[in-house]
Amino acid sequence: MNNLSTAAKITWCPGCPNYAILVAFRQTVEELIKTGKIKSENIVVGAGIGCHGKIADYLNLNSFTALHGRVLPALTGIKCANPQLTVIGFTGDGDSFSEGLEHLIQAARRNSDLKIFLHDNQVFALTTGQATALSPKGYQGKSTPAGNLEEPFAPLSLLLEAGATFLARTYAGDIAGTKKIMAAAIEHKGFAFVEIIQPCLIFFDTREYFKERLYPRPENFPIQDKKAVREFLAQPNDKTPVGIFYQIEKPTYEEQLWL
Amino acid sequence: MKCYNFPVADIFTIGIGGAAGDGAREAGYAFGSLLAELGYEVFVSLANPSLIRGGHNFTRLSFSSEKIWCDYIKLDVLIALNEETITLHRNELEQSTIIFADELTPAETAARGANAVVLPMATAAAAVGAPAVARNSVALGALGYLLALDFETLQKILQQVFKDKQPELNIKLARLGFEFLEKTGRVIFKKIKPNQIKKELIDGNTALAKGWLAAGLNFYIAYPMTPATSILHFLAGEQKNRPKLKVIQPENELAAINLALGVAYAGQRVAVGSATGGFTLMQEAFSFAGGAELPLAVAVSQRQAPATGVPTFSSQADLRLAIHAGHGEFPRIVIAPGDAEESFLAGAGSLNLAWQYQIPVIVLMDKIVSEHPTTSQLATDQIKIESGKTAGQTGSDYHRYQITDDGVSPLAFPGTPETVVKVNSYEHDEKGLTTETAELVKAMLDKRFAKAKILATELDRQETIKIYGDKEADLAVIFWGSTKGSVMEAAKYFDRPVKLVQIVWLEPFDVKKVLAALADVKKIINVEGNHNAQLAALIHEKTGRQVTKNILKYDSRPFDPIELAQQINAFGYE
Repeated sequence: MNNLSTAAKITWCPGCPNYAILVAFRQTVEELIKTGKIKSENIVVGAGIGCHGKIADYLNLNSFTALHGRVLPALTGIKCANPQLTVIGFTGDGDSFSEGLEHLIQAARRNSDLKIFLHDNQVFALTTGQATALSPKGYQGKSTPAGNLEEPFAPLSLLLEAGATFLARTYAGDIAGTKKIMAAAIEHKGFAFVEIIQPCLIFFDTREYFKERLYPRPENFPIQDKKAVREFLAQPNDKTPVGIFYQIEKPTYEEQLWL
Repeated sequence: MKCYNFPVADIFTIGIGGAAGDGAREAGYAFGSLLAELGYEVFVSLANPSLIRGGHNFTRLSFSSEKIWCDYIKLDVLIALNEETITLHRNELEQSTIIFADELTPAETAARGANAVVLPMATAAAAVGAPAVARNSVALGALGYLLALDFETLQKILQQVFKDKQPELNIKLARLGFEFLEKTGRVIFKKIKPNQIKKELIDGNTALAKGWLAAGLNFYIAYPMTPATSILHFLAGEQKNRPKLKVIQPENELAAINLALGVAYAGQRVAVGSATGGFTLMQEAFSFAGGAELPLAVAVSQRQAPATGVPTFSSQADLRLAIHAGHGEFPRIVIAPGDAEESFLAGAGSLNLAWQYQIPVIVLMDKIVSEHPTTSQLATDQIKIESGKTAGQTGSDYHRYQITDDGVSPLAFPGTPETVVKVNSYEHDEKGLTTETAELVKAMLDKRFAKAKILATELDRQETIKIYGDKEADLAVIFWGSTKGSVMEAAKYFDRPVKLVQIVWLEPFDVKKVLAALADVKKIINVEGNHNAQLAALIHEKTGRQVTKNILKYDSRPFDPIELAQQINAFGYE
């Protein structure tokens, strides 16, 4: 049995929600292996550059730590080269919405069979606190001392329009909820995108903000109805729904490539 | 000093010009194929602006019974598909040049006499209901008559040349042209006998791609950019015959090379290609390939820069870019083929060497090598697939970056039971885990450069430089890449013994062989298609030898062999 931990010393800040993401992922993978749904040698974990990217070192699984912003194309290459592999990518909001946005939306457009877990802390943490493309307007970071002038992207809406076939949001602190969503994403055939809200305790502590606002999305949600999902995600909402919002079946890029 | 009579006696040069969309390019290729089928040695050059319709397109072919290395400026025949062609190419005409045109001004006819042939190309095409672009075939038939072919031979070859493009119609048009000229009783003024050996008319991009395929290419990933685009087109077309070959055109060059690194990690043989501009976008990932030891073949084709530059014209200004590509220090190979035959070998070699050494390997080309077809014999029987060092028994103790004597670690790929394969853009330990310790940083750099030491012995086995001409001469001409064609052709007119030295491997640089080649040489002339004489500087840096004279051309056009010969013959009299 593959022990999923490695010799690498974990260097996230004490209390960082990334620990919870790591625990949720290890448990999810262990269960998928135990139930025979997946073989550990067939898992490839990709990571970009940023605090999230350290996770590859902490997992005793095949891994590819890409360049900043380039984890998506690297993973597409891996999946194209060997479609038997289950290819899971970790990325951050700096890594895939600031630096590498083109690759993220293009991979979604082609429904590449990748499972992308976004560590969304709405800030560049590893470079010590600058605004990313998901930081709110007015965010005061070291490069925007008078406040960020730019509006953030809405990641789920953007990915819906780009062509993702699985969309979900979860909160890093909710390990049980995150595990469920991770398993569903991994078992989904096609481009799965999961936004994991991961407050940065040092540069953008949003724990209190989200504590009051998180709620599970309504039951009996029309997850196959793109129009309804679009409207739900777009409507002004003071709160932050979590759960699976969208899931459809569509041929993947890689299965068409090898047809 | 010798003088030359134009046109050169045993070489025949044809120009075909027209507006973009008139088919000058296709006609040039059809003429070239026809001549190659007949057994001639052919070189075809294509000058076309970066647009689809409206600009001036010009194709030029020189052919002979002897090996022909590049085309000539002065024309024996000009096929003018529009009036502008004659004006634009007036300086390339001699009194003896024959012009074929639908219409000619009375002044032109008066000045050129029987050499001005009003050939009713458009009328003939319209009469048989062919599209206007097919009027080239009328000229093709007329040319067949000029070459003293019997029509049956011509017909047989045309059937082959046009096998996918309405052969009957084109043959009918060719017959009209042939018979038209026959009636005028036009005399053939040059008699060039074809060769016995038939060669393939092929450009460097196609030859390179065939080399890759011979060496087991599974994936080609590229974003289109002239002059590398035809590699993408050729390989995309090859997929239907090769189910294991996959060709992908992703969103941009950054995606292309990062996809390729994923493909290599997963164990498939992969190449990327672009023009130098596109390659500059790939720099960070090129460095990643070097640091993470991911095997990658890269085709880089130069065009006139800086920036977007002159997209459809040539340059040799990126030698330094290629050998210094990517940030940081890591071993790499840069091979610069000078023609299609060498492009084939460089293609195959690049993929094999990439996998043997787990390094990125660049094949540095330019517009001329990439796109200009020439009659060639590809050394297909010389190619073997080298897989490199693969891990036999693997398991939980597998270390992707195991330190070995030769620096090459055994390769395993994801999907191998009990085995974890970790690749990392950060500096890493043997397992692939991120490290920042001084000892490991140095150890891993030393490990990668252990491969460079083995590479130095590889130089002895490889044709890193080539020597032609008079090997005892005390005057040498040095060159690299497509300039080979111009120099080799110019050498036919040298008035003194000259040693010709082609540098094929730019990195690692074969100091030993270059020093030996230049040991008895007193004077060195360097011929290059750039402003800064980059090869001359590199040779000085590596060997201490300084060139005596630089002949440089950076107007984005190729050297004409006659002009080049005159410049080299003038050396010492200036």
